Amino acid sequence: MDSKETIKAFIQKKVGEETQFGYDDDIFKLGLVNSLFALELVVFLENTFGISVENEDLDLNNFNKIANMEAFIQRKKSK
Amino acid sequence: MDFGLSPEYLALRKEFREFAKTEILPFANKYDRDEVVPDELIKKLAQRGYLGGLIPAQFGGKGYNQIIMGILNEEIGRACSSVRSLITVHTHLVAESLVRWGTAEQKQNYLPKLADGSLIAAFGLSEPLIGSDAKNITTAYREEDDCYVLNGVKKWITYGQRADLVIIIARNGDAVSAFFVERTTPGYEAIPIKGMMGTRASMLAEIHLKECKIPKENLFGRKGMGFVQIANNALTNGRFSVACGSVGIARACLEESIAYAKTRIQFGVPLKDHQLIKRKISNMVTDIKAARLLCYNAGYLRDTSNPNSFIQTSLAKYFASKVAVESANEAVQIHGAMGCYEEGNIQRYYRDAKVMEIIEGSTEIQQVMLSDNAMGNIDSILDS
Repeated sequence: MDSKETIKAFIQKKVGEETQFGYDDDIFKLGLVNSLFALELVVFLENTFGISVENEDLDLNNFNKIANMEAFIQRKKSK
Repeated sequence: MDFGLSPEYLALRKEFREFAKTEILPFANKYDRDEVVPDELIKKLAQRGYLGGLIPAQFGGKGYNQIIMGILNEEIGRACSSVRSLITVHTHLVAESLVRWGTAEQKQNYLPKLADGSLIAAFGLSEPLIGSDAKNITTAYREEDDCYVLNGVKKWITYGQRADLVIIIARNGDAVSAFFVERTTPGYEAIPIKGMMGTRASMLAEIHLKECKIPKENLFGRKGMGFVQIANNALTNGRFSVACGSVGIARACLEESIAYAKTRIQFGVPLKDHQLIKRKISNMVTDIKAARLLCYNAGYLRDTSNPNSFIQTSLAKYFASKVAVESANEAVQIHGAMGCYEEGNIQRYYRDAKVMEIIEGSTEIQQVMLSDNAMGNIDSILDS
């Protein structure tokens, strides 16, 4: 499973199988998840992809879409 | 699957229990009447390392994990919820959040002092018109060249009377940010709040901020992420402490009820032989065991950085606070008039228990979160 699929599976578990969303959908603007989920997402990404999220990374644009999360992970790993 | 505590954890529990029994419990009613936890006790908590429980050893803390802190919160909560409230705000809401999100300079500047108790910390989110609706706080900040300037009022701030350092959540338009504010800041005033129904000795205050100039380096977390990053994180930390403290209240009610039921004679037999009393005791035992297991589960998930720890902490807090209230209610009933008498502990547990359903996210807020999660995927709650 690539990173986008892994992230989608995590979010899908949260929102339920019947909820449809794509890699480029803003999961916060669509109301699929709330602000508390942002912290769960941070912990999930740190654990799953072996990265450390710092203050400067906490731009909502890094976490609002799966495509953006994948790009964020790649940037962190390339450092 | 072994749900028992390891020998190491049992030894620590023995230490915490002994401390609570000798240094806190005999004085808890006096603290409650006087509405003060004395500095002498706060110093003892610091000397034992309990205030710095979650602070890493490199900063002078004990480096305890969540399970150990859960046990500590239960044991101190069993003796006195007002004292346990200090651990909640100072250690969990502030120190634990600082360990996670603080800059290297903030950690170096504040953590050693939080560990040794030379700084006492509190968390300023609630306002006169804002409780559960926390996203809509009105305390404001503006940014100037060399500082942030804060204006507003925070209310119901636990240990606000005593705190040297407060995390204040404030807004600038749509941006909500968090700041470390020291009580010596010009324009900062803490006004004591007296007469609370429960946890009366947790020294609440109303904090007034008038043109308080905060150095730029005291911004905590990312600017604009004060609610999402700092407040949510801190409240989850505090929620875990309150959950475990609630188990402590419930256990106190059960233990005193058992002791009373063994000695109080009515209709020629001890209360313990009456079936309706047996029913109350059995319900309390079952609920307390279940609440404690939920707390340990949340602690384990927090220790292993599992994303499900957030909702499991909500579950633990929701259930444990409910159990505290129900156990306290039954304890008053078992004790009769003695349960209503100010010289006994039961009346204090009854009043303190109710507060647990309000603070760190009310019961209703937890229910909304739990239900929304269950609607999304019930396995994510039941399986983790």
